[in-house]
Amino acid sequence: MSSAFPLMANSGASAVSSTTKSTAHTPAMTTSGANALRMKVTKINFYYGKNHALHNVSMDVATNKVTAMIGPSGCGKSTLLRTLNRMHETLRHTRLEGEIALDGVNILTLDVTKLRRMVGMVFQKPNPFPKSVYENVAYGLRINGHEGRLDDAVEKSLRRAALWDEVKDKLHKSAYALSGGQQQRLCIARALAVDPEVLLLDEPCSALDPVNTAKIEELLFELKPSCTLVIVTHNMQQAARVSDSTAFMLNGELIEFSTTGHMFTTPSDPRTEAYITGRFG
Amino acid sequence: MSPRLAWRKSLNFVMLSLTGLCALLTVSALFFILGYLAWNGGKDLSWSFFTHLPAPVGEQGGGMANAIVGSLKLLLLAALFGVPIGLLGGVYLAEFGGRTLPFLVRYTADLMNGVPSIVIGIFAYALVVMPMHHFSTLAGGIALGIMVIPTVLRNTESFLRDVPLALREGSFALGANKWRMIATVVLPAAARGILTGVLLALARVAGETAPLLFTAFGNRYWSPGWMQPTSSLPVVIYTYATGPYEDWHRQAWAAGLVLLGLVLVTNILVRAFLTRGTAYERT
Repeated sequence: MSSAFPLMANSGASAVSSTTKSTAHTPAMTTSGANALRMKVTKINFYYGKNHALHNVSMDVATNKVTAMIGPSGCGKSTLLRTLNRMHETLRHTRLEGEIALDGVNILTLDVTKLRRMVGMVFQKPNPFPKSVYENVAYGLRINGHEGRLDDAVEKSLRRAALWDEVKDKLHKSAYALSGGQQQRLCIARALAVDPEVLLLDEPCSALDPVNTAKIEELLFELKPSCTLVIVTHNMQQAARVSDSTAFMLNGELIEFSTTGHMFTTPSDPRTEAYITGRFG
Repeated sequence: MSPRLAWRKSLNFVMLSLTGLCALLTVSALFFILGYLAWNGGKDLSWSFFTHLPAPVGEQGGGMANAIVGSLKLLLLAALFGVPIGLLGGVYLAEFGGRTLPFLVRYTADLMNGVPSIVIGIFAYALVVMPMHHFSTLAGGIALGIMVIPTVLRNTESFLRDVPLALREGSFALGANKWRMIATVVLPAAARGILTGVLLALARVAGETAPLLFTAFGNRYWSPGWMQPTSSLPVVIYTYATGPYEDWHRQAWAAGLVLLGLVLVTNILVRAFLTRGTAYERT
């Protein structure tokens, strides 16, 4: 495996981070079976004001796997993703019912700051801060009171995001000087800096061209051994390429949830089949 | 050419000329004032104007050093008093406000912007001069500070609102709380615009005369500290221009030129600052 992930082997990032984190939570990190669960969503209902956006959704997020969510616009896949680190709480008049567990702990009982450090997020459009490349990556470390050498942590995160070689000579230039694809990888590096156990990606490639999309997808494979990934995508081919299991959503309901291979070859629900064969959506 | 087309063409010509003429008038008014001031005030502008106290009537020379320093002191006080209140109030309006209170604050601020400056002067007179029983730099600074608040408040609010939601979410997603997010992402992103607003507000009140007449009053000499009456450029212009002496009139012109130069330089600097673009990418 190490030869497949040269960048991480160099920095030693994956091995170190997994062991240090697992002490605090669950020993499930080391088991590689599909039944090791990082997050468990149990019968959640979600409301924007009176709009009932998620209906009784239950879903498992397997440790160190890629879980994809697909479905037409407005089906609730982004909403579901945002409940996983309680980003919905930044909006007014939202209500969440049900239970979401991270390593067996209900995330609603956690301090939201702590939760978001463990469950990071990358957004649809690259959103680097108006700061230097270095300060972008260091941001999460600074606000969470990082101990140790900041320089090393920044380099490690940039290496994990496969961006180090491209930016090592312009660490103190504005992040806006980077290309769109580089900016998105910078946002991934920024999220990785605080060493999250889960990384949520909300259509991370929708603003990128195919070359940069391919780079991000490759990066997802490299991150998988050290991080649990949940990705929302409009692109079914992308879901098929990168994910281990896939959730198909429609009108706020989870229609089908199974391994990606199963979903794309023998979907059990006719609506899933209709969607993935392009008959609607 | 059909008559209809001819009519449309001539109408187009007339309207174009009319709008162009009005635009020209606006610009020429500024250049006329500038030119007139430079012509009348330039003659009496010398180094000693900036370094000397006013000379007694009938004597040649003399300057307005005390008025220039007095104006700067008043502006410093106005900034110290008005900017923090306007800035933090703007942060509240943009980031924390619910519905009713921000509406009221915003409405009040807009009303305050329209209050005649002499009324602000009376207010500062009642608030500071009356209890202290004498005029002071402090009273003038507070009067100007009150005038700065609504501009800074509204300006800060609008620049903060312009900061994209994506940046806020990016900060939240890394575990920042709201106050941290505002301090480390939103305020730095909007800093340039906010600073611009502050400088423009100060440049505007730099020329205010009415609120200073019975707060800072005036002083023919240096004003030590902050608790004594002080001279200031606008009040000196007012006094000298309405005075009976030819000398005074010339000095008033020169002071007007200095004041306008100060305001103009601020404006140009601010403009240069702004055109370098916003700190974040617009989408």
